[in-house]
Amino acid sequence: MIVADQKPVSDIKEMLHDKRKVLAVGCGTCVAVCFAGGKREVGTLCSALRMATELAGEPVEIDETVVQRQCEAEFIEHLGDKLGEYDAILSLGCGVGVQSLADKFPGTRVLPGLNTKFMGGPTEQGVWAERCQGCGNCLLDYTGGICPITRCPKQLMNGPCGGTEHGGQCEVDPSIPCAWYNIWERMDKLEIQDELMEIRPPKDWSTSRDGGMRRVVRKDLQKPVLEEDEG
Amino acid sequence: MKTQQLAQNSAATDSGIKSGSNLERVLAAGDFAVTGEIGPPKNFDAEKVRNKVSLLKGYVDAANITDNQTGIVRMSSIGAGILILGEGLEPVIQVTCRDRNRLAMQSDILGAAAHGIKNVLCLSGDHQSFGNHPGAKNVHDLDSMQLVRMFQEMRDKNQFQCGEEISGGGPPLFIGAAANPFADPVDLRPLRLKKKAIAGTDFVQTQLIFDMARFKEYMKKTVDLGVTETVAVLAGVGPMKSPGMARYMRDNVPGITVPDEIIERLEDAVKGISKDDKEARSHAWRSEGIKICIEQIEELKDTDGVAGVHIMAIEWEAAIKPIVEGAGLYPRPGGDT
Amino acid sequence: MNGDTEYQPEIIAFCCMHCAYAAADLAGSSRLEYPTALKIVAIPCTGRMDTGHILRSFEDGADGVLVAGCLPGRCHYINGNLYARQRVDYLADLFEQIGLQRERVRMINVSAGMGAKFAELANEFAETIERLGPTGLKRKPRAAAVAGLQLAENEHVIHWVDRDTGGHT
Repeated sequence: MIVADQKPVSDIKEMLHDKRKVLAVGCGTCVAVCFAGGKREVGTLCSALRMATELAGEPVEIDETVVQRQCEAEFIEHLGDKLGEYDAILSLGCGVGVQSLADKFPGTRVLPGLNTKFMGGPTEQGVWAERCQGCGNCLLDYTGGICPITRCPKQLMNGPCGGTEHGGQCEVDPSIPCAWYNIWERMDKLEIQDELMEIRPPKDWSTSRDGGMRRVVRKDLQKPVLEEDEG
Repeated sequence: MKTQQLAQNSAATDSGIKSGSNLERVLAAGDFAVTGEIGPPKNFDAEKVRNKVSLLKGYVDAANITDNQTGIVRMSSIGAGILILGEGLEPVIQVTCRDRNRLAMQSDILGAAAHGIKNVLCLSGDHQSFGNHPGAKNVHDLDSMQLVRMFQEMRDKNQFQCGEEISGGGPPLFIGAAANPFADPVDLRPLRLKKKAIAGTDFVQTQLIFDMARFKEYMKKTVDLGVTETVAVLAGVGPMKSPGMARYMRDNVPGITVPDEIIERLEDAVKGISKDDKEARSHAWRSEGIKICIEQIEELKDTDGVAGVHIMAIEWEAAIKPIVEGAGLYPRPGGDT
Repeated sequence: MNGDTEYQPEIIAFCCMHCAYAAADLAGSSRLEYPTALKIVAIPCTGRMDTGHILRSFEDGADGVLVAGCLPGRCHYINGNLYARQRVDYLADLFEQIGLQRERVRMINVSAGMGAKFAELANEFAETIERLGPTGLKRKPRAAAVAGLQLAENEHVIHWVDRDTGGHT
């Protein structure tokens, strides 16, 4: 899932400094599950912001609402009727949600209340870790289900580097396990460690962000159109 | 000129020599090789670089020039390498995967070769978070293994990484890589070196070694895997300046283990010297540090599979002379490059 | 209420029924004084406290919020009071960004028999809140006592009723 984190109250307060009335819009999907932009979080944040802006001498009226999925047009259409009374929308959705709102309502300023961090999942209660970089060409079959592009700070394909320390920690951040240490262990458990002796060639990064903004097009799912000479 | 170089390459392959560098010739002749290291300055002061040359020239077969080591910006390895080559000292330039993509790496190596640089050490590179520009974007288009292979194919197949031919032939390179014998997982390290050998590594420089017994075990495994048939292993050694430095390295640098005996010897070195006499204490520690380094080199000379040493005298290039002389490695074969 | 000329601190104490509320009760029946400004709200466990409840209490006029739970390790629901402590700590940090003093929210732990201790801590807290003065937020016209829990009545919320529960958080 997409994991995001709330921007600090002081940062959002800055964004709101010249606004008088704002609509905060949360999202009930990814960001609700990582407790950044769901209904409860919207309530808490807006309460804090109302107090913060009032104490700063520039009170902002903040109304709250939540939609099921901010990234899809059908779920945000209804907001259009209300927008006239607001100076801006404060989106508590991920970066996709913010842009979806901005695209749908180009006449209204949309502000991001969250910092979208990564694609990942919970590893323990209250902790979410990055797992996928969206490289566009998954190589998890070569690495026993552990992604080196995401979990190795040097994105090694033929790791580990010489910096693994203290029984498998990454030298860059001791709280990160060395991905390659774990990959070798995992492949050993799967009894296919010798596959790692093959030298993985340079990755084609054109399927990744490096190749430019990506799209997925499914011709079988798009709205069909009658050809000119038909019907 | 172009035809001459191409012919040189073909001839080189026949005799087994790939680049014709001094370091390569010393190793090919079976002599115990010595390399040193120069850290380039944090500015464009060419004189500063040239001044360091005199401390190493004649005592080493080639000198490494680090590449934005620990993520701190310094004069480029190639830039400094050209300067020292001009002074008659052969460089080993270093290329990290952190700062350059495959285009820049190939482009840089062609530029380096055009200036006569032949030895290149391929590294992943220290993460930028350690350095003075932690907010920089890191590249890591390739890893060090892929980099070795890429340079090897440029040299031996005369082709760029994309497969296109390099008209006039590829650069004559002597390709090196780094090895850290004691980093976790320890069992894996000889295998990883084997992988680097398959990728096309000609020589390897290891991280600093202080635990001789453990290193000998590593070398045995390395030899058994057949690595030393195609790869020249240069063991990393370096003189300690003080027991504090020894402890710091033991506790903070991944893969460096320092046996207690060494720390004890350093501590004992200042027995009888007043705590206030800082100069005398420092001198005593350094003398002992050099002595220990010389002993280690003697032991390494007798270790199967070790083709030479890489002396890292960090911020103490003046130590190289006494170490090389004390270890009976002076004069160097072939004299000046 | 005409609190304009004279500062009358509004303090809400969310007390867990198993320990803190009983302690407050004991204090009362033992004729131990604790401030009248302290409005006690009984909750099943301090773990029920949401950061949102506390924030809205301040929005609606509270000058201080005390969260009183069982002694650590003795929570009737095992670790509800530990969660409450984490939330109060989180809020104290958040308060600094909002512009409120972190001392305005505090967690205390007592057992049911610690009537005197409850009174002592409650008095201490009230003194702190008096010393800190009003929050500087415009006081709302109605009593702040249970404002924190009545979210549906909050005039700032558009009434999108939660389809699943039919109610509010």
